[in-house]
Amino acid sequence: MSRESVLVSADWVEQHLDDPKVVLLEVDEDTTAYDKNHIRGAVKVNWNEDLRDPVRRDILTKEQFESLLSRLGVSPDDTVVLYGGNNNWFAAYAYWEFKYYGHEDVRLLDGGRKKWELDNRELVDDVPERTPTQYTAKEPDTSIRAFRDEVVGAIGDKNLVDVRSPDEYAGRLLAPAHLPQEVSQVPGHIPTAANIPWSKAANDDGTFRSDDELRELYSEAGVDLNNDTIAYCRIGERSSHTWFVLREILGVPNVKNYDGSWTEYGSLVGVPVAVGDEPGRA
Amino acid sequence: MCGATTGGVSLDDVDVAKETIIQGVVYRDDAPLAGAYVRLLDSSGEFTAEVPTSATGQFRFFAAPGTWTVRTLAPGAESVDRSVVASKGAVNTVDVTVG
Repeated sequence: MSRESVLVSADWVEQHLDDPKVVLLEVDEDTTAYDKNHIRGAVKVNWNEDLRDPVRRDILTKEQFESLLSRLGVSPDDTVVLYGGNNNWFAAYAYWEFKYYGHEDVRLLDGGRKKWELDNRELVDDVPERTPTQYTAKEPDTSIRAFRDEVVGAIGDKNLVDVRSPDEYAGRLLAPAHLPQEVSQVPGHIPTAANIPWSKAANDDGTFRSDDELRELYSEAGVDLNNDTIAYCRIGERSSHTWFVLREILGVPNVKNYDGSWTEYGSLVGVPVAVGDEPGRA
Repeated sequence: MCGATTGGVSLDDVDVAKETIIQGVVYRDDAPLAGAYVRLLDSSGEFTAEVPTSATGQFRFFAAPGTWTVRTLAPGAESVDRSVVASKGAVNTVDVTVG
């Protein structure tokens, strides 16, 4: 992997707006953002309804993923470009899920919706009609997904990277500050996890920092990227952003996203938890 | 919007006593500005959250008591930083004007 094969610029997207092999998908946390306007030709993916199982807490099954991509009119050999609000958090989550089910060519629009808007580029409200396909997914790539038992076993052994804000890591906040704070799980972080907020990997306009800056960010925080790494946040979307940085931009092989994240871990009975600004002991 | 707090969208569904709310309106040329991006930075300058402003220029954060910086980005404008000391159970209002 390299930056060029996983990230595209806004200029690149403008040059490929009429390319039939490029499918633009907008993924937002605020699922009404697309309805107001979007990049011409882009199709809406509703994070809440389209990328998760409707009943259980889980991502889509292979069959559900196939049905989604068929409905969106995506073929396995299409280049899928994902973008969205919140600095591409949910677009990165979708990217990770697309990779989990083996879609070959997926890319993120660098800077997402915010950079596009700050550049004053064209947004439209026409909703395109795409012809459905018969999409066949691959078997899940479990090398990029961590489950809770592996996370508990990683304490003091593998790299754990908590990408939430310092206040969430320390336990002073329970959710990102644009959301109400009343939730059920306990505050804190997984002992030994380093706190490297996802935002340190991005510029103010939402674009990713340079490869050199990114490498320095993790090495300065004492993360040995030769060791296995598990990234987590609250629900797995911001950690997808960091997973994207490490595995897709920097090409670090052994990086997993723990999509159960703090909403699962902080609700488990009997597991160790650290509070405060220090990582804590195994 | 009878009884609404100045600069705020409805707080009907929010238990204000339990929250530390920071909210306000972004203006350009004396008019509310939709689609600006407002980021909340903690006392060390670290990013904590970001929201786009609503159709009526409004934004809101659920923070913790302490000192915060509200940074506003808008197309064609320099970013604007405003400091706010927020307390629990209060609606801490910060209005921002961008150039």
